[in-house]
Amino acid sequence: MKALRNILDKQARHFEKGGKLEALYPLWEAGDTFLFSLGKVTRTASHVRDGADLKRIMITVVVALLPCMFMAMFNTGHQAQLAVRQGAALWDGWQTSVFTALGFDLVNGGFIACMVYGALFFIPVYIVTLAAGGTAEVVFCIVRKHEVNEGFLVTSALFPLILPATIPLWQVALGILFGVVIGKEVFGGVGMNIFNPALTARAFLYFAYPTEISGDNVWIAAQTSADGYSGATWLAIMKDAGMDGLRNGISEVRGGITWWESFIGLEPGSMGETSALFCLIGAVILIATGVASWRIMLGGLVGSAGAALLFNAFAHEPSSVFAVPVHWHWVLGGFAFAIVFMATDPVSAPYTDTGRYLYGFLIGFLGILIREVNPAYAGSWMLSILFMNMFSSTIDHYVVRANIKRRLARNAA
Amino acid sequence: MVGLEHYLSLFVKSVFVENMALAFFLGMCSFLACSKKVETAVGLGIAVVIVQSITVPMNQLVYSFLLRKGALSWVSAGLGEVDLSFLGFLTYIGTIAAAVQLLEMTLDRYVPALYVALGVFLPLITVNCVIMAGSLFMVERDYTFAESAVFGFGSGVGWALAIIALASIRERMKYSNVPPGLRGLGITFILTGLMAIGFMTFSGIQL
Repeated sequence: MKALRNILDKQARHFEKGGKLEALYPLWEAGDTFLFSLGKVTRTASHVRDGADLKRIMITVVVALLPCMFMAMFNTGHQAQLAVRQGAALWDGWQTSVFTALGFDLVNGGFIACMVYGALFFIPVYIVTLAAGGTAEVVFCIVRKHEVNEGFLVTSALFPLILPATIPLWQVALGILFGVVIGKEVFGGVGMNIFNPALTARAFLYFAYPTEISGDNVWIAAQTSADGYSGATWLAIMKDAGMDGLRNGISEVRGGITWWESFIGLEPGSMGETSALFCLIGAVILIATGVASWRIMLGGLVGSAGAALLFNAFAHEPSSVFAVPVHWHWVLGGFAFAIVFMATDPVSAPYTDTGRYLYGFLIGFLGILIREVNPAYAGSWMLSILFMNMFSSTIDHYVVRANIKRRLARNAA
Repeated sequence: MVGLEHYLSLFVKSVFVENMALAFFLGMCSFLACSKKVETAVGLGIAVVIVQSITVPMNQLVYSFLLRKGALSWVSAGLGEVDLSFLGFLTYIGTIAAAVQLLEMTLDRYVPALYVALGVFLPLITVNCVIMAGSLFMVERDYTFAESAVFGFGSGVGWALAIIALASIRERMKYSNVPPGLRGLGITFILTGLMAIGFMTFSGIQL
């Protein structure tokens, strides 16, 4: 440890003002604070209640995401295995070549084979995200002379999890560049962005390349087809056929799904967002450490329940999507992931506690509304959060105004 | 007889799905110029809502009883073939200007508080393209009188919502360290684009 500290201290002079590598100071600073905690100590009276700083908060989020990443790899392999067992061909790409070259067999393989197959899809996406987004981040830090920040670690962990397994890697790079540069850096970097950068990236890809990121054939890492093993998500099936679709499935080779299967996350979808269970584990970590706001999550649950019940009341026939009860909405698709990890992003959510209830509620309500009414998008949560990001400052503004008014009235009396 | 449901869905559509500012990019000049403070934005927003909900139905009357082909047949049967719709642009803008003038005078006389609050915005929005576009959309989509009243109100509310959201974001961004070249209008344009992506949430909804 000491030796490492010494090496860093010796190199420090190159990066400080007047040194040869002054321009690269942000990089050095990032490496230094990544390895050691800050040497500076507050000398005068301060109001620190806890040692939590930006770095620790961000790392906590990444830790909370680890279960979802694990599930992303397993489920990508598992879904492909199911499809291949029912007659679909293996994915037509280099991932399959590497997989067979390593000596694995997906059809007869067990847990390990699924993990490896899934990892061959997830890890490259993650690496490309880190490399492309990280480069943009570092370039901005050097040019604008601010510190490299762990905030990007969270963005880069979230982004691959909300992508389908089969997305081309160049699109991953393009998306994260858009998210980091336009979504965050032009607003002044970490803490200044209006929209969640990972969501901005995802929405950009969604509208720019709709065929590669939506539809029925992108979710499973195998060659699916409408007349063979359909790769449609349960959300899409639910939209067509309501509860009947969920119970009976869509074809002879793909039967229905139970609530527990969906809760655990054994369903096709974006890589990391299928499992409500693993999101729940993440939620427990985030709430226990106080990193994410439970108020937003509560608001989201209440809002989605309210909207779903409202639609239930209007449902004319039991097979329509309006009749799907709320506990199914909570486990299908990206609801859990969005409410736990996306809506609670402390920067793009409101800063006031009252505002957070309202913000969460509206996200929940709007998400169900779009999921059931808009024929174009089944995965509504990302968009409803992006939409509410836009209004979080408005919510804050009026909450603060109301507080000022109340206090004025109290003082006047 | 069309039910309440029809008007409700028209209202939702004009507020969210076909938002004037963020789906059609109309009224951009005042959208960008008057969105530095929330108070200003609210004032302008209310003014647009009021004027829009007066002028769109008014122009609907003008269109269906004066300009449309065969509209004059209520005067005499001989005028049944007359088509004055080429006078549309001129007439609508005239109607809008007159309506705004009258509204201003009325407010000044009877509701001075509101008149002071709206201030310069009322005459300003005579030339706001949202107002003109509202009337033109009404003609193109063949709205009835009741529909055009709902549409006028809805599209005004949608525009007001967008400018209030933009203003509160810009107030929050006062302390943001935006790259020097982008400060001011540049970042606002980017912001508007990102907000439009947010509003695309609703595109495709069939009501």
